[in-house]
Amino acid sequence: MSSRRKKYKRQPQPPMPKKYCRFRKHGIKHVDFKDKDFLMKFINEQGKLLPRRLTGTSLKYQRKVNVAVKRARHLAILPFVADGLK
Amino acid sequence: MNQYETVIILTPVLSEQQMKDAVTSYRELITSNGGELIHEENWGLNKLAYPIQKKGTGFYHVFEYKANPDFIELLKLNFQRDENIMRELTLKLDKHAMDFNEKKRNGHFDRKREERRAAEAAAEAEAEVEQTGEEA
Repeated sequence: MSSRRKKYKRQPQPPMPKKYCRFRKHGIKHVDFKDKDFLMKFINEQGKLLPRRLTGTSLKYQRKVNVAVKRARHLAILPFVADGLK
Repeated sequence: MNQYETVIILTPVLSEQQMKDAVTSYRELITSNGGELIHEENWGLNKLAYPIQKKGTGFYHVFEYKANPDFIELLKLNFQRDENIMRELTLKLDKHAMDFNEKKRNGHFDRKREERRAAEAAAEAEAEVEQTGEEA
């Protein structure tokens, strides 16, 4: 039986473009909490922070993004909760 | 002397002149207490991401200045006593932040975005003109 069953092999996927940390690449050392458009790149449409594995940000700058987003929320530049932000 | 940055949100209830007076009073408070104003920015009446004190808009103003740490306590006390201030955030700037703000002032970042914003502002102004024209 087992010999007749068709074996499914995972098809080789085209390689994903390598993720990179945009702060390291462009030499940005400071995350500005006043810049709404920039911070929008790091939150999803509910206004939640995106994980590092999706944005590719290095740990050092992810922490800074985290703080910046929270400061922006305090100043009502970004919402705490939202629906369909993007 | 440390370098600080303060963002305040004033209530939209104020008129344009009252808002300017309030900002001037804080500017004088900073300079009269041995502070040194480096830069300030008025964003005007902006929409809030969520309502604060049941208000959907607010006047944003950003101060960047050098001051003694003792002064910050005084400034915060003044903010708390002022009913016109809906929110405030005061931060001590590190060397990277100072560098960043200076570059930003000199227009190092995102020329395209500024152009886009200018274009949007122009489009909005046009829309407003059309609206007022219809009302008239």
